[in-house]
Amino acid sequence: MSDLALVSPRAASYRTAPPPRRSPRVSLATARFVPWLLPLLLLCGWQIGSQSGVIADDIFPRPADVLASAARLTLSAELAHNIAVSFRRAVSGLALGGSLAFALGLSNGVSRLSERLTDTTLQMLRNIPNLSLIPLVILWFGIDEGAKLFLTAFGVFFPIYINTFHGVRNVDAQLIEMGRSYGMGRFTLFRRVVLPGALPSIFVGLRYGLGIMWLTLIVSETIAADAGIGHMAMQAREFMQTDVVVLAILIYAALGKTADSAVRLLERRTLGWHHAYGRAAR
Amino acid sequence: MNAMSPVAHGVGISVRGLRKDFAGREVLKGIDLEVAAGEFLAVIGRSGCGKSTLLRILAGLDAPSGGEIRFGGGDGRARLMFQEPRLLPWASVRDNVAVGLGEGGGKARERAEAALDAVGLADKAEAWPATLSGGQRQRVALARALVSRPRFLALDEPLGALDALTRIEMQKLVEQVWQAQRFTAVLVTHDVSEALLLADRVVMIEQGEITLDVAITLPRPRRRAAPELGALEDQILERLLGQMPSRVDG
Ligand SMILES: Nc1ncnc2c1ncn2[C@@H]1O[C@H](COP(=O)(O)OP(=O)(O)OP(=O)(O)O)[C@@H](O)[C@H]1O
Ligand SMILES: [Mg+2]
Repeated sequence: MSDLALVSPRAASYRTAPPPRRSPRVSLATARFVPWLLPLLLLCGWQIGSQSGVIADDIFPRPADVLASAARLTLSAELAHNIAVSFRRAVSGLALGGSLAFALGLSNGVSRLSERLTDTTLQMLRNIPNLSLIPLVILWFGIDEGAKLFLTAFGVFFPIYINTFHGVRNVDAQLIEMGRSYGMGRFTLFRRVVLPGALPSIFVGLRYGLGIMWLTLIVSETIAADAGIGHMAMQAREFMQTDVVVLAILIYAALGKTADSAVRLLERRTLGWHHAYGRAAR
Repeated sequence: MNAMSPVAHGVGISVRGLRKDFAGREVLKGIDLEVAAGEFLAVIGRSGCGKSTLLRILAGLDAPSGGEIRFGGGDGRARLMFQEPRLLPWASVRDNVAVGLGEGGGKARERAEAALDAVGLADKAEAWPATLSGGQRQRVALARALVSRPRFLALDEPLGALDALTRIEMQKLVEQVWQAQRFTAVLVTHDVSEALLLADRVVMIEQGEITLDVAITLPRPRRRAAPELGALEDQILERLLGQMPSRVDG
């Protein structure tokens, strides 16, 4: 009797319930695959378009040609050299601009005096598009590494600075008060409350900064350089090697994606609590 | 009775002519208050009457504008339990409790785990705060407040945001740990029945002054449905609502 009363409403709702979900294994595999579906389709369309002659070879090379030139350049070690040069420029620009930005963002976030002293100046500089400095930078540094380092560091600086600053400023005041009331000193408070609280925002800045880093590097390498991916592309243009030009573009895309994935990995490592929060809030 | 227990671990608090103003507006206008060592005092009053202000001054978070506070027999090292749990989201439950131990934390791990055990959350030591329920978070906050064995615990409506059942559980827990540790407790609450259930004494703040001071002598543990409590609650509530300006005697 009581059993029946318990069972029947469930049975009724079961009939109207949606069909059971697919097994989690299958949906996981699909989830992995889905993001790559569109790029794959584009690639197929590209190959078909080239073969059928819809896309003229001298306008846009065939995927197979791009692959072939990649193989050729890899064998001659030219490609590896160019990638290494570009990569080194990117990393040194990021290290210089990023560390300055991080330090200033922290100190301006923590200290009103430091903010008064530097923030207005930085906000003025921020409104200068870094690429507009190219002529000046060439005058200063020639087409040396210095020019590229300056431009990338300049570009990377602002997103990281602003997001670090705001991250520090927006740390929950209640948590800071809690830390104080539990006797945390300035340094402990910074290490245990302020920095971890600002970290999500700092990562946002880093990812923006990476985008600007590649952009700046591409432009400055195509304008003035004697090695690097951008230089390789410009040389290929002179010889009408569209396959190499396209290869260079693809390499930039791959480098950008790799950098972004690296940051994501770092985020997942250090922001475990944040993701736990996301899960809990869902 | 209880408050005068010879094993009291708490400090006595003596407040004389305490004043506090914010930008010229006087919120506390001369509070005189004696809290015995190990006593459980509840502070009630209308919203905005200055309860939190008083508590924050007692806990050393804010400075008074005038008057003096003395802690009898030793330091007045206070722990404050806020209305919100205020746990560090990026620290495990155990590390959050260890915050209560401060820097010099020898055996921090063991002590934090013992405190968690006391609030019934031993199995959550590794969890992130975000994965806990509201009541569990508040229990972690209680463990953090108590892990260093404070001699004075200030509680600012710590149970205000909890659902009715969790609230009853927490009230029991607070009473239990207080009875076990005998610290001096000052509880700010909106809930008159909560004050009557837990406190040795209830004071009411009105217009920046203490206008009511009742000793609750009922034996513990008290039943929420006890008729004596009901009658007292009615009287106090009426007084709070401003319908009965006469004195109430406990
Ligand atoms: N930092 C502050 N600056 C200015 N005014 C304040 C400040 N803190 C409190 N006040 C004022 O002091 C009065 C008392 O505030 P308090 O927070 O102590 O009230 P309360 O009794 O705790 O109220 P509630 O029950 O709503 O929490 C309020 O009118 C409030 O506006
Ligand atoms: Mg309050």
